[in-house]
Amino acid sequence: MKPVAFDYYRPEAVSEGLALLSEKGEDAAILAGGMTLGPMLNLRVVRPRAVIDISRIQALKSIAARSNIVVTGAGVVQSDALRANVIAREVPLLVMALPWVGHFQTRNRGTLGGSVAHADPSAEIPLALVVCGGTVVLQSRRRERRVPAREFFLGALTTQRRPDEMVTALEWPRAAPDAGHAFTEIAQRHGDFAIAAVACSLRLDKTDRLQELSLGVGGVESRPVAIDGKGFLGRPASEIAAGLCEHAAVSVTPMEDHSAGADYRIALTRVLLERAVNDAVAMARQRRDRLQ
Amino acid sequence: MTTLLRAAGERFTVELTLNGQRRSGEAEPRMLLCDFLRHELQAFGVHVGCEHGVCGACTVLVDGRAVRSCTQYAAQADGADIVTVEGLAEPGKLNEVQRAFAKHHALQCGFCTPGILCSVMHFLRDTPAPDERQVRDMLSGHICRCTGYAPIVAAVLEAATAIRKGS
Repeated sequence: MKPVAFDYYRPEAVSEGLALLSEKGEDAAILAGGMTLGPMLNLRVVRPRAVIDISRIQALKSIAARSNIVVTGAGVVQSDALRANVIAREVPLLVMALPWVGHFQTRNRGTLGGSVAHADPSAEIPLALVVCGGTVVLQSRRRERRVPAREFFLGALTTQRRPDEMVTALEWPRAAPDAGHAFTEIAQRHGDFAIAAVACSLRLDKTDRLQELSLGVGGVESRPVAIDGKGFLGRPASEIAAGLCEHAAVSVTPMEDHSAGADYRIALTRVLLERAVNDAVAMARQRRDRLQ
Repeated sequence: MTTLLRAAGERFTVELTLNGQRRSGEAEPRMLLCDFLRHELQAFGVHVGCEHGVCGACTVLVDGRAVRSCTQYAAQADGADIVTVEGLAEPGKLNEVQRAFAKHHALQCGFCTPGILCSVMHFLRDTPAPDERQVRDMLSGHICRCTGYAPIVAAVLEAATAIRKGS
């Protein structure tokens, strides 16, 4: 199918894009890699009057390490992020999430910011950002604001972004060198929308007890959700997975759709969460022992 | 700096490099790149399947990267360097990948093949010595209903070896 007729704008600077957004507001759609918006345009799920193509704005393509965060421009292409040494070193969870994002051919064009801005419930990059404790940077002509990822996603394809705002960057806290991470999901085929996805980051102390934990589930509710695991801190690493599975299974309110019912999503949450926690524990032990 | 505007319905010229030659054609803003390549530049090796980025039939190389041509627009490709299946080897000849596909019967109806070949060219450049798991991961971005994929995997693995030996 073909999109509705639209005016095509191609700004070369963020300021020009923001000026257009302030003028067009809800009539405009921001186009970057087009891996989410393209299908929506072609299927006429969206019918914007104006498409603002930000894919040639060089300022949105930088990856920069700051004191305690890594900042990725919204236009950073997923396959470039997957190859960036600074991301591999400082944000390992993102590198583990990216191979699950679409396919080789879509990662070659899809962007980090585009995935976050569109907020598909099953999208991996939003889940990774939530579990990392990251931040979404939004700019409008009037101001810039930074929204924690845990507050940014409101529901399916719905975020805190206002019509005159553009997601311009994502901020990823640097992971501790002794932290363990894991990302896993189940979809009908690899690269398809996740029916359930789990991301986990944790640290263990010298006595193998859980010191820090960040855990999240994607594809199960209408947005990526963080699971509060504070009650498990201080427990022996070998004992946490089973309890966390039960805890997560009662914490989430799963969606029902054509690909899975609520019960199946709960079952997947348990299975995936156990795998992810055990994998993250194994990685944390390895890294802790290597650092000692 | 200026913002380029192409109004809805406006016909404008898109100029790009297709298989090494400067080419141009007319598009309007909503024209998909795959439609532009086929209807304006007669690159009929670009196959159009699902038109929403899922099936992989329309995959081409844009500035060296294997990407969908149905989820980007002709206007975005102005100035780009595009290679389609027609440009993967000299006319009348086959490259190592194509030879391996023929040998292993890695195609039957051929609808998905041009897209897969474009993907494989980029994939083997980045991953010259892939294992089967990596090949299957790359192929997950293409739907083939004839072969069951096993011959394609075998062809890609053999082509990788042939290219490594040749270079």
